[in-house]
Amino acid sequence: MPDLAIETESLRKHFGHTVAVADVSLAIRRGEVFGFLGPNGAGKTTSLKLLLGLIEPTGGSGTVLGAPLGTRAVRARIGFLPEHFRFHDCLTGRELLRIHGRLFGMRGAALEARIDTLLARVALTEAADRRLQTYSKGMIQRAGLAQALVNSPELVFLDEPTSGLDPLGRVLVRGIIEELRAAGTTVFLNSHLLGEVEATCDRVAFVKQGRVIEDLALTDAPKGLDVELRVGVADTAALAGLSAYGELGDLAAAADARERDGADAGVTGAATCVVRVRLASETALPELAPWLVARGIALYELRVRRKSLEESFIEIMGEDQTPG
Amino acid sequence: MSRILTIAHLTLIEAYRRRIVPAALLCSALFLLVYGTALYFINLNIPASPQRQFQLQFFTLAGLYVANFLAIAAAVLLPVDTLSGEIDSGVMQTLASKPVRRAEIVLGKWLTYWLMIAAYLAIVAGGVVLVARLATGFAQQHLGLAFPLMLLGATFMLTISIAGSARLKTVTNGIVAFAFYGIAFIGGWIEQIGAFTRNDASRYVGTALSLASPSDALWRRAAYELQPPVMRGLQLTPFGAGRVPSDAMIWWAAALTVLALLFAIRVLNRRPL
Repeated sequence: MPDLAIETESLRKHFGHTVAVADVSLAIRRGEVFGFLGPNGAGKTTSLKLLLGLIEPTGGSGTVLGAPLGTRAVRARIGFLPEHFRFHDCLTGRELLRIHGRLFGMRGAALEARIDTLLARVALTEAADRRLQTYSKGMIQRAGLAQALVNSPELVFLDEPTSGLDPLGRVLVRGIIEELRAAGTTVFLNSHLLGEVEATCDRVAFVKQGRVIEDLALTDAPKGLDVELRVGVADTAALAGLSAYGELGDLAAAADARERDGADAGVTGAATCVVRVRLASETALPELAPWLVARGIALYELRVRRKSLEESFIEIMGEDQTPG
Repeated sequence: MSRILTIAHLTLIEAYRRRIVPAALLCSALFLLVYGTALYFINLNIPASPQRQFQLQFFTLAGLYVANFLAIAAAVLLPVDTLSGEIDSGVMQTLASKPVRRAEIVLGKWLTYWLMIAAYLAIVAGGVVLVARLATGFAQQHLGLAFPLMLLGATFMLTISIAGSARLKTVTNGIVAFAFYGIAFIGGWIEQIGAFTRNDASRYVGTALSLASPSDALWRRAAYELQPPVMRGLQLTPFGAGRVPSDAMIWWAAALTVLALLFAIRVLNRRPL
Protein backbone atom coordinates (compact mmCIF):
# COMPACT_ATOMS: atom_id res chain seq x y z
CA MET A 1 0.00 0.00 0.00
CA PRO A 2 1.69 3.23 -1.10
CA ASP A 3 1.87 6.21 1.23
CA LEU A 4 -0.93 8.39 -0.08
CA ALA A 5 -1.28 12.13 0.38
CA ILE A 6 -4.85 12.12 -0.92
CA GLU A 7 -7.22 9.21 -1.19
CA THR A 8 -10.89 9.53 -2.09
CA GLU A 9 -13.56 6.96 -2.77
CA SER A 10 -16.59 7.91 -4.86
CA LEU A 11 -16.66 11.47 -3.57
CA ARG A 12 -19.93 13.20 -4.49
CA LYS A 13 -21.37 16.68 -4.12
CA HIS A 14 -24.87 17.78 -5.07
CA PHE A 15 -26.24 21.31 -4.82
CA GLY A 16 -29.96 20.65 -4.78
CA HIS A 17 -30.67 18.79 -8.00
CA THR A 18 -27.39 19.90 -9.57
CA VAL A 19 -24.64 17.31 -9.47
CA ALA A 20 -21.34 19.15 -9.20
CA VAL A 21 -19.22 16.10 -8.42
CA ALA A 22 -20.61 12.68 -9.35
CA ASP A 23 -17.77 10.30 -8.59
CA VAL A 24 -14.23 11.33 -7.82
CA SER A 25 -11.92 8.57 -6.71
CA LEU A 26 -8.28 9.54 -6.42
CA ALA A 27 -5.11 8.04 -5.02
CA ILE A 28 -2.30 10.58 -5.03
CA ARG A 29 1.07 9.50 -3.68
CA ARG A 30 3.13 11.67 -1.38
CA GLY A 31 5.68 13.71 -3.27
CA GLU A 32 3.74 13.50 -6.50
CA VAL A 33 2.94 16.51 -8.68
CA PHE A 34 -0.61 15.75 -9.73
CA GLY A 35 -2.62 17.55 -12.39
CA PHE A 36 -6.40 17.69 -12.25
CA LEU A 37 -7.77 18.43 -15.69
CA GLY A 38 -11.15 18.97 -17.21
CA PRO A 39 -13.26 21.47 -19.10
CA ASN A 40 -14.99 24.36 -17.36
CA GLY A 41 -17.82 23.16 -15.15
CA ALA A 42 -16.44 19.63 -14.92
CA GLY A 43 -16.27 19.80 -11.12
CA LYS A 44 -12.56 20.48 -10.63
CA THR A 45 -12.86 23.40 -8.23
CA THR A 46 -15.72 21.75 -6.31
CA SER A 47 -13.57 18.62 -5.93
CA LEU A 48 -10.72 20.76 -4.67
CA LYS A 49 -13.01 22.47 -2.16
CA LEU A 50 -14.15 19.04 -0.94
CA LEU A 51 -10.54 18.04 -0.38
CA LEU A 52 -9.90 21.27 1.54
CA GLY A 53 -12.99 20.84 3.70
CA LEU A 54 -14.51 24.08 2.42
CA ILE A 55 -17.65 22.17 1.51
CA GLU A 56 -19.13 18.95 2.87
CA PRO A 57 -19.47 15.99 0.53
CA THR A 58 -22.93 14.62 -0.19
CA GLY A 59 -21.48 11.12 -0.33
CA GLY A 60 -18.30 9.12 -0.52
CA SER A 61 -15.27 9.46 1.68
CA GLY A 62 -11.70 10.58 1.60
CA THR A 63 -8.54 11.31 3.51
CA VAL A 64 -5.94 14.04 3.15
CA LEU A 65 -2.53 13.33 4.70
CA GLY A 66 -4.10 10.35 6.43
CA ALA A 67 -6.93 12.24 8.17
CA PRO A 68 -10.59 12.69 7.18
CA LEU A 69 -11.42 15.60 4.88
CA GLY A 70 -11.55 19.02 6.53
CA THR A 71 -9.67 18.08 9.71
CA ARG A 72 -8.25 21.21 11.31
CA ALA A 73 -4.93 19.58 12.25
CA VAL A 74 -4.43 18.60 8.62
CA ARG A 75 -5.18 22.12 7.41
CA ALA A 76 -2.08 23.16 9.37
CA ARG A 77 -0.02 20.98 7.00
CA ILE A 78 -1.44 22.11 3.68
CA GLY A 79 -1.19 25.22 1.53
CA PHE A 80 -3.81 26.59 -0.84
CA LEU A 81 -3.72 29.10 -3.65
CA PRO A 82 -7.35 29.80 -4.59
CA GLU A 83 -8.63 30.46 -8.09
CA HIS A 84 -9.00 34.17 -8.89
CA PHE A 85 -6.44 34.87 -6.10
CA ARG A 86 -8.65 37.18 -4.02
CA PHE A 87 -6.99 38.37 -0.84
CA HIS A 88 -7.45 41.31 1.52
CA ASP A 89 -6.06 43.92 -0.85
CA CYS A 90 -5.72 46.54 1.90
CA LEU A 91 -2.77 44.53 3.23
CA THR A 92 0.79 44.85 2.01
CA GLY A 93 2.46 41.75 0.62
CA ARG A 94 4.43 41.34 3.84
CA GLU A 95 1.31 41.78 6.02
CA LEU A 96 -0.58 39.22 3.95
CA LEU A 97 2.09 36.60 4.67
CA ARG A 98 2.32 37.66 8.34
CA ILE A 99 -1.43 37.36 8.92
CA HIS A 100 -1.65 33.99 7.19
CA GLY A 101 1.50 32.80 8.99
CA ARG A 102 -0.10 33.69 12.32
CA LEU A 103 -3.20 31.73 11.39
CA PHE A 104 -0.83 28.75 11.10
CA GLY A 105 0.40 29.52 14.63
CA MET A 106 3.75 30.91 13.42
CA ARG A 107 5.28 33.79 15.35
CA GLY A 108 8.34 35.98 15.80
CA ALA A 109 11.69 35.74 14.08
CA ALA A 110 10.98 32.38 12.45
CA LEU A 111 7.90 33.80 10.73
CA GLU A 112 9.69 36.98 9.64
CA ALA A 113 12.58 34.95 8.21
CA ARG A 114 10.16 32.73 6.32
CA ILE A 115 8.35 35.78 4.95
CA ASP A 116 11.63 37.31 3.71
CA THR A 117 12.62 34.02 2.04
CA LEU A 118 9.27 33.65 0.30
CA LEU A 119 9.09 37.27 -0.84
CA ALA A 120 12.53 36.87 -2.40
CA ARG A 121 11.52 33.57 -4.00
CA VAL A 122 8.48 35.10 -5.72
CA ALA A 123 10.41 38.25 -6.66
CA LEU A 124 8.35 40.58 -4.47
CA THR A 125 10.98 41.85 -2.02
CA GLU A 126 10.92 45.36 -3.40
CA ALA A 127 7.13 45.50 -3.43
CA ALA A 128 6.77 43.81 -0.03
CA ASP A 129 5.59 46.94 1.79
CA ARG A 130 3.16 48.10 -0.87
CA ARG A 131 -0.52 47.31 -0.57
CA LEU A 132 -1.87 44.50 -2.75
CA GLN A 133 -4.33 46.94 -4.35
CA THR A 134 -1.31 48.53 -6.10
CA TYR A 135 -0.02 45.16 -7.38
CA SER A 136 -0.45 43.88 -10.92
CA LYS A 137 -2.46 40.68 -11.45
CA GLY A 138 0.75 38.67 -11.73
CA MET A 139 2.19 40.18 -8.54
CA ILE A 140 -0.97 39.30 -6.59
CA GLN A 141 -0.74 35.79 -8.01
CA ARG A 142 2.85 35.48 -6.80
CA ALA A 143 1.97 36.91 -3.38
CA GLY A 144 -0.83 34.33 -3.21
CA LEU A 145 1.63 31.59 -4.06
CA ALA A 146 3.94 32.76 -1.26
CA GLN A 147 0.92 32.75 1.07
CA ALA A 148 0.24 29.13 0.11
CA LEU A 149 3.80 28.16 1.07
CA VAL A 150 4.22 30.18 4.28
CA ASN A 151 3.79 27.13 6.55
CA SER A 152 6.18 24.91 4.52
CA PRO A 153 3.27 22.61 3.70
CA GLU A 154 3.43 18.88 3.01
CA LEU A 155 0.66 19.24 0.43
CA VAL A 156 -0.10 22.27 -1.74
CA PHE A 157 -3.30 22.87 -3.68
CA LEU A 158 -2.79 25.26 -6.57
CA ASP A 159 -5.93 26.31 -8.41
CA GLU A 160 -4.91 27.83 -11.75
CA PRO A 161 -1.57 29.10 -10.40
CA THR A 162 -0.29 30.54 -13.67
CA SER A 163 -3.44 31.96 -15.21
CA GLY A 164 -2.51 35.58 -14.47
CA LEU A 165 1.17 35.33 -15.13
CA ASP A 166 3.38 36.43 -18.01
CA PRO A 167 5.94 33.94 -19.42
CA LEU A 168 8.59 34.95 -16.84
CA GLY A 169 6.08 34.47 -14.04
CA ARG A 170 5.18 31.05 -15.39
CA VAL A 171 8.82 30.02 -15.45
CA LEU A 172 9.09 31.20 -11.84
CA VAL A 173 6.06 29.13 -10.77
CA ARG A 174 7.36 26.11 -12.69
CA GLY A 175 10.65 26.47 -10.83
CA ILE A 176 8.85 26.62 -7.48
CA ILE A 177 6.87 23.49 -8.32
CA GLU A 178 10.13 21.74 -9.21
CA GLU A 179 11.58 22.81 -5.85
CA LEU A 180 8.50 21.50 -4.07
CA ARG A 181 8.85 18.19 -5.89
CA ALA A 182 12.53 18.00 -4.91
CA ALA A 183 11.58 18.70 -1.28
CA GLY A 184 9.05 15.85 -1.35
CA THR A 185 6.00 18.13 -1.19
CA THR A 186 2.85 16.84 -2.84
CA VAL A 187 1.36 19.28 -5.34
CA PHE A 188 -2.25 19.17 -6.49
CA LEU A 189 -2.44 21.33 -9.57
CA ASN A 190 -5.71 22.42 -11.07
CA SER A 191 -5.05 24.09 -14.41
CA HIS A 192 -6.35 24.72 -17.89
CA LEU A 193 -2.88 25.38 -19.24
CA LEU A 194 -2.07 21.91 -20.48
CA GLY A 195 1.43 22.84 -21.56
CA GLU A 196 2.20 23.89 -17.98
CA VAL A 197 0.69 20.70 -16.63
CA GLU A 198 2.65 18.58 -19.08
CA ALA A 199 5.87 20.33 -18.10
CA THR A 200 5.38 19.95 -14.36
CA CYS A 201 3.12 17.03 -13.48
CA ASP A 202 3.99 13.40 -12.82
CA ARG A 203 0.45 12.25 -13.30
CA VAL A 204 -2.88 13.71 -14.34
CA ALA A 205 -6.52 12.80 -13.92
CA PHE A 206 -9.16 13.86 -16.40
CA VAL A 207 -12.51 14.84 -14.97
CA LYS A 208 -15.66 15.14 -17.03
CA GLN A 209 -19.16 15.90 -15.76
CA GLY A 210 -18.02 15.37 -12.19
CA ARG A 211 -16.35 12.00 -12.78
CA VAL A 212 -12.71 11.02 -13.06
CA ILE A 213 -12.66 9.23 -16.40
CA GLU A 214 -8.95 8.71 -17.00
CA ASP A 215 -5.77 8.63 -14.99
CA LEU A 216 -2.55 9.13 -16.93
CA ALA A 217 1.05 8.90 -15.75
CA LEU A 218 3.12 11.45 -17.66
CA THR A 219 6.48 10.21 -16.41
CA ASP A 220 5.94 6.66 -17.73
CA ALA A 221 6.24 5.71 -21.40
CA PRO A 222 3.33 7.35 -23.12
CA LYS A 223 0.51 5.15 -24.34
CA GLY A 224 0.47 4.95 -28.12
CA LEU A 225 3.96 6.11 -29.01
CA ASP A 226 3.65 6.67 -32.75
CA VAL A 227 6.66 5.93 -34.95
CA GLU A 228 6.79 6.99 -38.56
CA LEU A 229 9.23 5.04 -40.80
CA ARG A 230 10.26 6.10 -44.30
CA VAL A 231 11.67 3.01 -45.88
CA GLY A 232 12.84 1.97 -49.32
CA VAL A 233 11.04 -1.22 -50.17
CA ALA A 234 9.51 -2.83 -53.24
CA ASP A 235 7.06 -5.02 -51.34
CA THR A 236 5.42 -3.51 -48.29
CA ALA A 237 4.36 -6.99 -47.20
CA ALA A 238 7.95 -7.51 -46.10
CA LEU A 239 7.21 -4.97 -43.36
CA ALA A 240 4.41 -7.06 -41.82
CA GLY A 241 6.85 -8.46 -39.28
CA LEU A 242 6.93 -5.03 -37.62
CA SER A 243 3.61 -5.92 -36.03
CA ALA A 244 5.63 -7.80 -33.40
CA TYR A 245 6.60 -4.40 -31.97
CA GLY A 246 3.20 -2.81 -31.96
CA GLU A 247 0.09 -1.96 -33.88
CA LEU A 248 1.02 -1.55 -37.54
CA GLY A 249 -0.52 1.06 -39.81
CA ASP A 250 -2.32 0.06 -42.98
CA LEU A 251 0.38 -1.41 -45.26
CA ALA A 252 -2.00 -1.69 -48.23
CA ALA A 253 -2.77 2.00 -47.92
CA ALA A 254 0.96 2.77 -47.77
CA ALA A 255 1.49 0.70 -50.94
CA ASP A 256 -1.50 2.32 -52.66
CA ALA A 257 -0.17 5.73 -51.80
CA ARG A 258 3.15 4.80 -53.27
CA GLU A 259 1.49 3.67 -56.53
CA ARG A 260 -0.89 6.63 -56.70
CA ASP A 261 1.70 9.30 -55.99
CA GLY A 262 4.49 7.55 -57.79
CA ALA A 263 7.55 6.47 -55.91
CA ASP A 264 8.48 9.06 -53.38
CA ALA A 265 11.97 9.79 -54.59
CA GLY A 266 12.94 11.68 -51.46
CA VAL A 267 16.30 13.36 -51.25
CA THR A 268 18.15 10.21 -52.18
CA GLY A 269 16.23 9.59 -55.35
CA ALA A 270 15.28 6.10 -54.14
CA ALA A 271 11.69 4.87 -54.02
CA THR A 272 10.32 5.06 -50.50
CA CYS A 273 7.08 4.71 -48.61
CA VAL A 274 5.94 5.75 -45.16
CA VAL A 275 4.79 3.14 -42.62
CA ARG A 276 3.40 3.91 -39.18
CA VAL A 277 3.81 1.75 -36.10
CA ARG A 278 2.24 2.43 -32.69
CA LEU A 279 4.63 0.92 -30.18
CA ALA A 280 3.29 -0.66 -27.03
CA SER A 281 6.41 0.39 -25.14
CA GLU A 282 9.20 2.91 -25.63
CA THR A 283 11.73 0.13 -24.95
CA ALA A 284 11.02 -1.34 -28.38
CA LEU A 285 12.17 1.83 -30.11
CA PRO A 286 15.94 1.01 -30.33
CA GLU A 287 15.15 -2.38 -31.87
CA LEU A 288 13.31 -1.05 -34.89
CA ALA A 289 16.26 0.15 -36.96
CA PRO A 290 18.35 -3.06 -36.51
CA TRP A 291 15.28 -5.14 -37.41
CA LEU A 292 14.81 -3.31 -40.69
CA VAL A 293 18.51 -3.33 -41.60
CA ALA A 294 18.77 -7.06 -40.83
CA ARG A 295 16.06 -7.68 -43.45
CA GLY A 296 17.72 -5.52 -46.06
CA ILE A 297 15.10 -2.80 -45.85
CA ALA A 298 16.62 0.63 -46.30
CA LEU A 299 15.66 3.07 -43.53
CA TYR A 300 15.60 6.71 -44.65
CA GLU A 301 13.83 8.26 -41.72
CA LEU A 302 12.55 7.28 -38.28
CA ARG A 303 10.36 9.83 -36.57
CA VAL A 304 8.85 9.48 -33.11
CA ARG A 305 5.68 11.40 -32.50
CA ARG A 306 4.52 11.70 -28.93
CA LYS A 307 0.92 12.55 -28.32
CA SER A 308 0.61 15.91 -26.58
CA LEU A 309 -1.45 16.27 -23.44
CA GLU A 310 -3.76 18.55 -25.36
CA GLU A 311 -4.40 15.82 -27.93
CA SER A 312 -5.00 13.32 -25.11
CA PHE A 313 -7.34 15.81 -23.44
CA ILE A 314 -9.43 16.30 -26.57
CA GLU A 315 -9.44 12.57 -27.28
CA ILE A 316 -10.45 11.64 -23.73
CA MET A 317 -13.05 14.36 -23.35
CA GLY A 318 -14.65 13.37 -26.66
CA GLU A 319 -16.21 15.30 -29.49
CA ASP A 320 -19.28 16.35 -27.54
CA GLN A 321 -17.44 19.02 -25.56
CA THR A 322 -18.06 22.69 -26.25
CA PRO A 323 -15.89 25.52 -24.96
CA GLY A 324 -16.95 26.40 -21.42
CA MET B 1 -7.60 32.66 21.23
CA SER B 2 -4.56 33.82 19.26
CA ARG B 3 -6.35 33.08 15.99
CA ILE B 4 -9.35 35.12 17.10
CA LEU B 5 -6.98 38.01 17.81
CA THR B 6 -5.31 37.56 14.41
CA ILE B 7 -8.69 37.77 12.67
CA ALA B 8 -9.57 40.76 14.88
CA HIS B 9 -6.29 42.44 13.90
CA LEU B 10 -6.95 41.77 10.21
CA THR B 11 -10.47 43.23 10.53
CA LEU B 12 -9.12 46.31 12.30
CA ILE B 13 -6.50 46.92 9.59
CA GLU B 14 -9.19 46.55 6.95
CA ALA B 15 -11.56 48.97 8.70
CA TYR B 16 -8.81 51.51 9.23
CA ARG B 17 -7.51 51.35 5.65
CA ARG B 18 -10.97 51.49 4.14
CA ARG B 19 -11.12 54.87 5.91
CA ILE B 20 -14.10 53.79 7.96
CA VAL B 21 -12.57 55.13 11.18
CA PRO B 22 -11.67 58.62 9.89
CA ALA B 23 -15.04 58.89 8.12
CA ALA B 24 -16.90 57.98 11.32
CA LEU B 25 -14.84 60.42 13.36
CA LEU B 26 -15.39 63.22 10.86
CA CYS B 27 -19.16 62.66 10.80
CA SER B 28 -19.23 62.54 14.60
CA ALA B 29 -17.32 65.82 14.77
CA LEU B 30 -19.74 67.43 12.31
CA PHE B 31 -22.75 66.20 14.27
CA LEU B 32 -21.31 67.50 17.54
CA LEU B 33 -20.48 70.83 15.93
CA VAL B 34 -24.04 71.26 14.62
CA TYR B 35 -25.54 70.02 17.88
CA GLY B 36 -23.31 72.29 19.98
CA THR B 37 -24.06 75.33 17.84
CA ALA B 38 -27.81 74.71 17.99
CA LEU B 39 -27.71 74.10 21.72
CA TYR B 40 -25.72 77.27 22.31
CA PHE B 41 -28.30 79.46 20.57
CA ILE B 42 -31.23 77.59 22.12
CA ASN B 43 -29.70 78.11 25.54
CA LEU B 44 -29.67 81.88 24.99
CA ASN B 45 -33.48 81.81 24.83
CA ILE B 46 -34.08 79.59 27.84
CA PRO B 47 -34.92 81.82 30.78
CA ALA B 48 -33.58 81.14 34.24
CA SER B 49 -36.52 79.32 35.84
CA PRO B 50 -37.27 76.05 37.65
CA GLN B 51 -38.10 74.52 34.25
CA ARG B 52 -34.70 75.39 32.79
CA GLN B 53 -33.08 72.14 33.97
CA PHE B 54 -35.94 70.11 32.45
CA GLN B 55 -35.53 71.84 29.10
CA LEU B 56 -31.75 71.34 29.07
CA GLN B 57 -32.29 67.70 30.04
CA PHE B 58 -34.66 67.34 27.09
CA PHE B 59 -32.18 68.81 24.60
CA THR B 60 -29.37 66.65 25.98
CA LEU B 61 -31.58 63.57 25.69
CA ALA B 62 -32.36 64.56 22.10
CA GLY B 63 -28.61 64.64 21.40
CA LEU B 64 -28.13 61.26 23.08
CA TYR B 65 -31.04 59.85 21.07
CA VAL B 66 -29.22 60.82 17.88
CA ALA B 67 -25.96 59.39 19.28
CA ASN B 68 -27.78 56.14 20.01
CA PHE B 69 -29.26 56.08 16.50
CA LEU B 70 -25.86 56.79 14.89
CA ALA B 71 -24.30 53.97 16.91
CA ILE B 72 -27.06 51.57 15.83
CA ALA B 73 -26.74 52.63 12.18
CA ALA B 74 -22.96 52.12 12.39
CA ALA B 75 -23.49 48.75 14.09
CA VAL B 76 -25.67 47.63 11.17
CA LEU B 77 -23.61 49.10 8.33
CA LEU B 78 -20.06 48.44 9.54
CA PRO B 79 -20.21 44.61 9.37
CA VAL B 80 -23.01 44.35 6.78
CA ASP B 81 -20.71 42.68 4.23
CA THR B 82 -18.07 41.31 6.54
CA LEU B 83 -18.85 37.65 5.88
CA SER B 84 -21.04 37.81 2.77
CA GLY B 85 -18.54 40.01 0.92
CA GLU B 86 -15.62 37.74 1.71
CA ILE B 87 -17.63 34.64 0.78
CA ASP B 88 -18.70 36.16 -2.55
CA SER B 89 -15.21 37.39 -3.43
CA GLY B 90 -13.52 34.11 -2.45
CA VAL B 91 -11.36 35.73 0.25
CA MET B 92 -13.07 33.52 2.83
CA GLN B 93 -11.74 30.39 1.12
CA THR B 94 -8.19 31.46 1.86
CA LEU B 95 -9.01 32.11 5.53
CA ALA B 96 -11.15 29.02 6.07
CA SER B 97 -8.56 26.71 4.50
CA LYS B 98 -6.18 27.64 7.33
CA PRO B 99 -6.23 25.76 10.65
CA VAL B 100 -8.79 28.18 12.01
CA ARG B 101 -12.30 27.37 13.20
CA ARG B 102 -15.04 29.26 11.42
CA ALA B 103 -16.28 30.25 14.87
CA GLU B 104 -12.93 31.98 15.39
CA ILE B 105 -13.44 33.96 12.18
CA VAL B 106 -16.89 35.11 13.36
CA LEU B 107 -15.69 35.92 16.89
CA GLY B 108 -12.60 37.77 15.66
CA LYS B 109 -14.68 39.99 13.41
CA TRP B 110 -17.39 40.48 16.04
CA LEU B 111 -14.80 41.49 18.65
CA THR B 112 -13.25 44.15 16.40
CA TYR B 113 -16.55 45.64 15.35
CA TRP B 114 -17.83 45.59 18.93
CA LEU B 115 -14.78 47.53 20.12
CA MET B 116 -15.21 50.00 17.28
CA ILE B 117 -18.92 50.51 18.03
CA ALA B 118 -18.20 50.88 21.76
CA ALA B 119 -15.54 53.49 21.00
CA TYR B 120 -17.83 55.26 18.53
CA LEU B 121 -20.72 55.36 20.98
CA ALA B 122 -18.41 56.59 23.74
CA ILE B 123 -17.12 59.37 21.48
CA VAL B 124 -20.54 60.48 20.20
CA ALA B 125 -22.52 60.09 23.45
CA GLY B 126 -19.63 61.43 25.50
CA GLY B 127 -19.33 64.27 23.00
CA VAL B 128 -23.03 65.15 23.37
CA VAL B 129 -22.71 65.30 27.16
CA LEU B 130 -19.51 67.35 26.92
CA VAL B 131 -20.95 69.75 24.33
CA ALA B 132 -24.10 70.17 26.44
CA ARG B 133 -21.94 70.98 29.43
CA LEU B 134 -19.81 73.47 27.52
CA ALA B 135 -22.70 75.14 25.69
CA THR B 136 -25.20 75.32 28.55
CA GLY B 137 -23.49 74.24 31.74
CA PHE B 138 -25.92 71.30 32.06
CA ALA B 139 -24.37 68.24 33.76
CA GLN B 140 -25.92 64.98 32.60
CA GLN B 141 -26.28 62.45 35.41
CA HIS B 142 -26.35 58.64 35.39
CA LEU B 143 -24.48 58.23 32.09
CA GLY B 144 -22.72 55.23 33.66
CA LEU B 145 -26.08 53.47 33.90
CA ALA B 146 -27.35 54.49 30.48
CA PHE B 147 -24.21 53.91 28.40
CA PRO B 148 -24.11 50.10 28.90
CA LEU B 149 -27.78 49.91 27.90
CA MET B 150 -27.19 51.93 24.74
CA LEU B 151 -24.14 49.78 24.00
CA LEU B 152 -26.17 46.60 24.47
CA GLY B 153 -28.74 47.91 21.95
CA ALA B 154 -25.99 48.62 19.43
CA THR B 155 -24.35 45.27 20.21
CA PHE B 156 -27.61 43.48 19.47
CA MET B 157 -27.91 45.22 16.09
CA LEU B 158 -24.23 44.54 15.34
CA THR B 159 -24.71 40.84 16.03
CA ILE B 160 -27.88 40.71 13.93
CA SER B 161 -25.95 42.29 11.04
CA ILE B 162 -23.07 39.78 11.37
CA ALA B 163 -25.50 36.85 11.62
CA GLY B 164 -27.31 38.08 8.50
CA SER B 165 -23.98 38.49 6.75
CA ALA B 166 -23.24 34.81 7.32
CA ARG B 167 -26.36 33.83 5.45
CA LEU B 168 -27.57 36.64 3.17
CA LYS B 169 -26.21 38.76 0.36
CA THR B 170 -24.91 42.16 1.45
CA VAL B 171 -27.82 44.36 0.32
CA THR B 172 -30.43 41.88 1.55
CA ASN B 173 -28.68 41.76 4.89
CA GLY B 174 -28.68 45.56 5.18
CA ILE B 175 -32.42 45.65 4.49
CA VAL B 176 -33.17 42.86 6.98
CA ALA B 177 -30.99 44.37 9.71
CA PHE B 178 -32.63 47.79 9.38
CA ALA B 179 -36.03 46.08 9.36
CA PHE B 180 -35.06 44.66 12.76
CA TYR B 181 -34.45 48.19 13.97
CA GLY B 182 -37.73 49.32 12.39
CA ILE B 183 -39.55 46.58 14.31
CA ALA B 184 -37.90 47.73 17.52
CA PHE B 185 -38.79 51.36 16.83
CA ILE B 186 -42.44 50.78 15.98
CA GLY B 187 -42.74 48.24 18.80
CA GLY B 188 -41.55 50.86 21.26
CA TRP B 189 -44.12 53.41 20.06
CA ILE B 190 -46.98 50.91 20.08
CA GLU B 191 -46.04 49.92 23.62
CA GLN B 192 -45.88 53.56 24.76
CA ILE B 193 -49.17 54.49 23.11
CA GLY B 194 -50.75 51.38 24.66
CA ALA B 195 -49.49 52.49 28.06
CA PHE B 196 -50.80 56.06 27.65
CA THR B 197 -54.20 54.97 26.39
CA ARG B 198 -54.37 51.98 28.75
CA ASN B 199 -54.90 49.74 25.73
CA ASP B 200 -53.65 46.28 26.76
CA ALA B 201 -53.72 44.86 23.23
CA SER B 202 -51.36 47.62 22.00
CA ARG B 203 -49.08 47.08 24.98
CA TYR B 204 -48.87 43.33 24.35
CA VAL B 205 -48.19 43.80 20.64
CA GLY B 206 -45.53 46.41 21.45
CA THR B 207 -43.93 44.17 24.07
CA ALA B 208 -43.91 41.22 21.65
CA LEU B 209 -42.18 43.36 19.03
CA SER B 210 -39.67 44.59 21.63
CA LEU B 211 -38.94 40.99 22.57
CA ALA B 212 -38.22 40.21 18.91
CA SER B 213 -35.97 43.26 18.57
CA PRO B 214 -35.14 44.91 21.90
CA SER B 215 -32.82 47.75 20.80
CA ASP B 216 -35.48 50.47 21.19
CA ALA B 217 -36.59 49.08 24.56
CA LEU B 218 -32.97 49.36 25.70
CA TRP B 219 -32.86 53.02 24.59
CA ARG B 220 -36.10 53.74 26.44
CA ARG B 221 -34.67 52.19 29.59
CA ALA B 222 -31.46 54.21 29.09
CA ALA B 223 -33.51 57.42 28.63
CA TYR B 224 -35.42 56.56 31.80
CA GLU B 225 -32.16 56.18 33.73
CA LEU B 226 -30.81 59.47 32.35
CA GLN B 227 -33.74 61.58 33.58
CA PRO B 228 -34.10 62.85 37.12
CA PRO B 229 -36.83 61.03 39.11
CA VAL B 230 -39.16 64.04 39.03
CA MET B 231 -39.12 64.12 35.23
CA ARG B 232 -39.52 60.36 34.63
CA GLY B 233 -43.18 60.14 35.46
CA LEU B 234 -44.35 63.42 33.99
CA GLN B 235 -44.47 62.24 30.39
CA LEU B 236 -43.62 65.74 29.22
CA THR B 237 -41.16 64.68 26.54
CA PRO B 238 -41.03 61.96 23.85
CA PHE B 239 -38.37 60.33 26.03
CA GLY B 240 -40.72 59.68 28.88
CA ALA B 241 -41.42 56.02 29.44
CA GLY B 242 -45.10 55.21 29.86
CA ARG B 243 -43.96 51.70 30.50
CA VAL B 244 -40.36 51.25 31.61
CA PRO B 245 -38.62 48.21 30.10
CA SER B 246 -37.79 45.85 32.96
CA ASP B 247 -34.52 44.23 34.02
CA ALA B 248 -35.85 41.03 32.46
CA MET B 249 -35.93 42.82 29.09
CA ILE B 250 -32.24 43.73 29.52
CA TRP B 251 -31.31 40.14 30.28
CA TRP B 252 -33.48 38.96 27.39
CA ALA B 253 -31.66 41.36 25.03
CA ALA B 254 -28.29 40.04 26.22
CA ALA B 255 -29.44 36.44 25.75
CA LEU B 256 -30.82 37.23 22.30
CA THR B 257 -27.47 38.78 21.34
CA VAL B 258 -25.65 35.62 22.41
CA LEU B 259 -28.16 33.50 20.47
CA ALA B 260 -27.66 35.65 17.35
CA LEU B 261 -23.89 35.20 17.66
CA LEU B 262 -24.27 31.41 18.02
CA PHE B 263 -26.59 31.46 15.00
CA ALA B 264 -23.93 33.30 12.95
CA ILE B 265 -21.33 30.67 13.90
CA ARG B 266 -23.68 27.81 13.11
CA VAL B 267 -24.63 29.26 9.72
CA LEU B 268 -21.03 29.90 8.69
CA ASN B 269 -20.02 26.42 9.87
CA ARG B 270 -22.58 24.87 7.56
CA ARG B 271 -22.21 27.22 4.62
CA PRO B 272 -20.38 25.92 1.54
CA LEU B 273 -17.53 28.31 0.73
